[in-house]
Amino acid sequence: MSVIYILWLRELRRYVRSRAQIVASLGQPLLYLVVLGFGMGPVFQKAGQGNYLQFVAPGVMGMTVLFSSVFSGMGLLWDRQFGFLKETLVAPVPRIQIMLGRTLGAATVAVVQGLLVVVVCVIVGFRAVHLQTVPLALLFMALIACLFSALGTAIGSTLQNMQGFQLIMSFLVMPIFFLSGALYPLNGLPKALSVLTSLDPLTYGVDGLRATLIGRQHFGVVTDGLVLAVVAALLLAIGSRLFSKIQV
Amino acid sequence: MIRVKDLTKKFGEFTAVNNISFEVGPGEIFAFLGPNGAGKTTTIKMLTTLLQPTSGTMEIDGLDARRQANEVRKRFGIVFQDPSLDGDLTAYENMELHAVFYHVPRKIRGERTEQLLRLFDLWERRNEQVKLFSGGMKRRLEIARGLLHTPKILFLDEPTLGLDPQTRNQLWTHVKHLNQTEGVTVFLTTHYMDEADRVAQRIAIIDHGKIVAEDSPQGLKQQTGADSLEEAFLALTGSTIRDEAASSADQMRQFAKMWGNRR
Repeated sequence: MSVIYILWLRELRRYVRSRAQIVASLGQPLLYLVVLGFGMGPVFQKAGQGNYLQFVAPGVMGMTVLFSSVFSGMGLLWDRQFGFLKETLVAPVPRIQIMLGRTLGAATVAVVQGLLVVVVCVIVGFRAVHLQTVPLALLFMALIACLFSALGTAIGSTLQNMQGFQLIMSFLVMPIFFLSGALYPLNGLPKALSVLTSLDPLTYGVDGLRATLIGRQHFGVVTDGLVLAVVAALLLAIGSRLFSKIQV
Repeated sequence: MIRVKDLTKKFGEFTAVNNISFEVGPGEIFAFLGPNGAGKTTTIKMLTTLLQPTSGTMEIDGLDARRQANEVRKRFGIVFQDPSLDGDLTAYENMELHAVFYHVPRKIRGERTEQLLRLFDLWERRNEQVKLFSGGMKRRLEIARGLLHTPKILFLDEPTLGLDPQTRNQLWTHVKHLNQTEGVTVFLTTHYMDEADRVAQRIAIIDHGKIVAEDSPQGLKQQTGADSLEEAFLALTGSTIRDEAASSADQMRQFAKMWGNRR
């Protein structure tokens, strides 16, 4: 237990100390919110879909949690590079605990980052429609964070160095974001795109956030929650398996 | 305490460790010497459960290092050759993490941390992030951390690389003290022959992945008719420099491993 805790604490300490990075990582969400939010607004309105800023804000929150958790999970690669990974791997501690501590830490960091973006959203003009379901939105954020931290850890366990990082970004993380319906509604999509979006776990996360924050849903909260929980559990299992096999 | 039999590690075509066998008795200080790329670190990585051997058996304190990895990990401490600190954490936090990993009781934790940080002259700067430390300070912290729990076996992989004579002296005095008072078995590698001569009771020399000699420092000198251990070492391993070949092999290994293609 204390091993999980100290590794969780480590992730938080590292996060709090990287102030420049915290500020920098607010830049991208801000661009999507302000430029896309107001830029696409009139078209969206004319298409009869309502306020685009309201629509896109939950998507941007989901995006932030996605990026932050995958990056933190892949912090494993940095630890490998700087050698700290060895210190954890020779410790007389079940590797599952090490993996859990890291992953939960990464997930917590991602949720905190997500909450910062929520604040930004509110400042820009976003308003949650149903205040009573806001705690549920927090739960969705946590689920998204756990799922993608586990994914990050799994990837970090298999990749041996930073060269693969760009590949993962372009062929996994960005597609997950763009296929999630964070930026566009899911109804009336071409068949192929519709299938792809329904295979993307983030789709359910964003849908859950939207449902709980602005009362607009595609799959429904229950489906969203279930899909996220199952995929997260699956990725945690895969991640800890891969992690336990690491050799340095 | 350590029993290695027919240990081999291959990285693809490259054989890093080639069928070596040796034993280290309890309470012994054993030096493992060899030129760069001879297979020292690979051997230590296998003994410390970081790397799976291609073939052969390793016993640590009567336990199978391959199958009972977690039990084995409880029995040793290690100071790595390359850095293994978390630069974003402070010196104290790095020590704290290690203490939790090795289940050092809370009461002893603070006490020992202070004692060791003072011994290696880091106490004043314990609350600074490690990334701000100089190379020598980082090295000292690694050593202090490695000594935080009292293991049965202490692996020291070139622990004195880049340290000044004062700190080296401090380290070896402390290691000898641990060995004498607590009976800690020490397995060390170093490039400083005078250190090995001074500290080690028995020395194995490895070259191209094979053990070429194994004896006491005195015995090695007699065997080769040399005055110093350094001469004996050169007589046994030759004077060609082979770092180049080893490091390109390293790069190949790195490249092959990129997609998790572990062989």
